[in-house]
Amino acid sequence: MSTVELDVRNQAGLPRGAAKAAPRTHRSFGDPAFRVITLICGLAVAIAMFTLAGVLIFNSWTAISELGVGFLTTVAWAPSNGRYGALAALAGTAMTTAVAMLIAVPLALVIALLLTELVPPGIARVVGTGIEMLAAIPSFIFGMWGLFVLVPFMQESVAPWVTESWLGQVPLIRPGATFQGGGFSILTAGLVLALMVLPYITAFSRDVLLMVPRVTKEAGYGMGSTTWEVLRRISLRYALSGIVGATFIGLGRALGETMAVAYLVGGDFLTVPKSLFDPGTTVASLIALQFNEATTALDVSALTALGLVLFVITMVFQVVAHVWLRRSQRTAGGRA
Amino acid sequence: MSAPQSGERRPATPSLALAALRPRSHGRRKALDAFIKGFAYVAATVGIAVMLLIVYEVVRRGAATIDWGFFTELPPVVGEEGGGLGNALLGTLVITAVAAALALPVGFLGGVWLAEFGRNGRIATGVRMVANVNMGIPSIVVGVFIFALLVKPLQHYSGVAGSIALAFIMLPVMARTTEDMLNLVPNELRESALAMGVPRWRVTLGVIIRAARSGLITGAVLATVRVAGETAPLLFTALSSPYWLNSLFGPEGFFGGPTANLTKTVYDFSGMPYARMQELAWGGALVIIAAVLGLNVLMRLVFQRGKEW
Repeated sequence: MSTVELDVRNQAGLPRGAAKAAPRTHRSFGDPAFRVITLICGLAVAIAMFTLAGVLIFNSWTAISELGVGFLTTVAWAPSNGRYGALAALAGTAMTTAVAMLIAVPLALVIALLLTELVPPGIARVVGTGIEMLAAIPSFIFGMWGLFVLVPFMQESVAPWVTESWLGQVPLIRPGATFQGGGFSILTAGLVLALMVLPYITAFSRDVLLMVPRVTKEAGYGMGSTTWEVLRRISLRYALSGIVGATFIGLGRALGETMAVAYLVGGDFLTVPKSLFDPGTTVASLIALQFNEATTALDVSALTALGLVLFVITMVFQVVAHVWLRRSQRTAGGRA
Repeated sequence: MSAPQSGERRPATPSLALAALRPRSHGRRKALDAFIKGFAYVAATVGIAVMLLIVYEVVRRGAATIDWGFFTELPPVVGEEGGGLGNALLGTLVITAVAAALALPVGFLGGVWLAEFGRNGRIATGVRMVANVNMGIPSIVVGVFIFALLVKPLQHYSGVAGSIALAFIMLPVMARTTEDMLNLVPNELRESALAMGVPRWRVTLGVIIRAARSGLITGAVLATVRVAGETAPLLFTALSSPYWLNSLFGPEGFFGGPTANLTKTVYDFSGMPYARMQELAWGGALVIIAAVLGLNVLMRLVFQRGKEW
């Protein structure tokens, strides 16, 4: 910012004489009280999260101490004999998320390109709103739609066609021992997840692409570059950290999405899926489907531990995402 | 390329810089560019088409179910005809309203602190970071948290536990929205009001917030609508109930026992092998999607008009 600006929002930023000049009686009680009340509310946001972390750790302690690291490295979920292992759910989570990101990130990037470069602002606003409306649709409706529309389609058309062609011999596509027709599968869940995270990645990507200075892009076009070359060699390099941040925001959402996945993934929590067409489970949907069945204290504790695992994983991705997004803002501010 | 050498072939090992400058086939560059552009149009079309397809499917399957009884009657006994989702609608309204009453004021004041006092200080940066991270916590984890915090010690599910879970999700959203909206208010407005000798708290509540009013209302409404469509946080907090919400502390009351709500009921019914239950589920989905998308569009229109303040 070039002009010297008096930032009155910072109390200390008032010019020195101002405090003395103002009549004392007017700033005696209301201001400090207001400040403290709002501060408490601000801190409440932070306290809420630390309470969540504390309560989850406390309540999963039984499971952590009895099951140890084996909880993360074994495949089992049998309340009857007290054996719990989350490996299948972790693998399923990784697979559905990977499918979702592989589909959503390229789509989101080109849609962001469309919104910023290819269409006039009026049309961009309509298209952008349409994409954002995907984010407004509640997750269980994605699940129901998937259940009644996408599952039959995958089962009757896509899965037979793909698995019986030469593609059916490729690892990760060749049906495993638990194959159930491909309707309820990692792939179906991943597809719906891709649609669910698409608006988030698109919105963040659009915002960082808009931060690329116009002059830099125009220099590229002036050199005779095509739109794609400007995007790849100028905008993307400039906005890379922001795009990474946007991707991680989407990744965090895909990891923790519950209802849509619970409808579609098949709920097989005793097998590490060998194929995208096999059914499986994810950490979030395992919690959703098992929690109300939980009877013993260890059972509840093990499911709470799953919640803790999910919390830690998503928190890591969120922190990384916001650090990268902030970095992109800084570089944009510095170079503009 | 104006290479000094005569003849078509370039040196066998050109320098890297020269390699970068070597003109690539014009046609191939143009084709790639056209492909990417085409891909962009296709991608945007697919995204919007899927959104419309989902809405269409919900309307197609749900519209026939919506009648007066849908809003006023209890769900039928499994296998019977008729009935509605009246209790679930009422429950969702109550649970969401209480969540909003808990989260919106606190989130709003927290946002005021971030924008007006905390600014770029260390505490504010930390709180902002936590709020951002908080918005990414999976809602199922919030459900587990409230179960462990309230349901397990009290040994019963309750509507209020559901409200608290939803409030937890709304809190950071409201705080960050408020902060963003207040940051849009020009500083001159604060300066003018302060220069007239108005105390800061009155400047904030009377002037700044009035200036940011439309954005704040939009944020509050959208945050509320979003949690109204949440299922995962209610699975083990409010649970579900076939009865009307009929008291505060009784076994069918808001504080005393499981409380019917639209999302969990729709989730349960959609998995049942009875035609009537599935019809009701689609009807419930239609009510929610109409409310969510309707309010989203409405707020956008209001907000765009309010921007010119």
